[in-house]
Amino acid sequence: MSLLSAADQQKLREAFDRMTRSVRLLFFSQAIGCETCGETRQILDELRGLSDRISVEEINLVLEGDKAKQYGVDRAPAIAIAYESGSSEPGGSGESGRSGESSGSGGSSEASSTGDGRMSDTMKDSRIRFLGAPSGWEFVSLVQAVLLAGGRESALSAASLDRLRAVDRPITMQVFTTPT
Amino acid sequence: MAFASPHITATAVEATEFPDLARKYQVSGVPKTVVNEEVEILGALPEAAFIEQALSSPRQ
Repeated sequence: MSLLSAADQQKLREAFDRMTRSVRLLFFSQAIGCETCGETRQILDELRGLSDRISVEEINLVLEGDKAKQYGVDRAPAIAIAYESGSSEPGGSGESGRSGESSGSGGSSEASSTGDGRMSDTMKDSRIRFLGAPSGWEFVSLVQAVLLAGGRESALSAASLDRLRAVDRPITMQVFTTPT
Repeated sequence: MAFASPHITATAVEATEFPDLARKYQVSGVPKTVVNEEVEILGALPEAAFIEQALSSPRQ
């Protein structure tokens, strides 16, 4: 049974249709001791089904520890949001070369880009993470983060964006929430 | 905010699933934001005030 109602699915489809970049959800899971990994997997599978621009890559926290480290993830379930960098960004490479299915495991290596919303392997980290199953309000936040990574304009004011662009040191923010 | 600056990483943590983290950062109400392990922002603030507080954290 699906977690999302038909009406919600339709609303999300319409919102995702306006995305101009592909988004990849990196799902860090582990087989043992992760009570909500199953629920998270189902939520992400449903999201993926709503847009060609959304893909999910499941990464085993234990077996693929290097990748988890690369994203600063040490718990499961966790989601890191990456997005296609390329032609839709000013100053982007705008390569027109295309290939079919990407080979290899993605990661930081450069690979060919694709057009028409197909997944490029030059994915950029949005530095937005979710720890815990994205249900309840977290789901709303996840959808907003996907739309933002997918090309929607920031909801922040121009003054705020200027302020943030001037940041020149690492800042790590943890936002604690509960599902209800 | 993370999307606006390459230096900012933001993680939404589901507090009930990670009670050890909630304890470590003494989360007694949500939302609670912890910046660079030090600055604590309780509740929801107006955008400008939130950003000022978040950026007030000392250098690590």
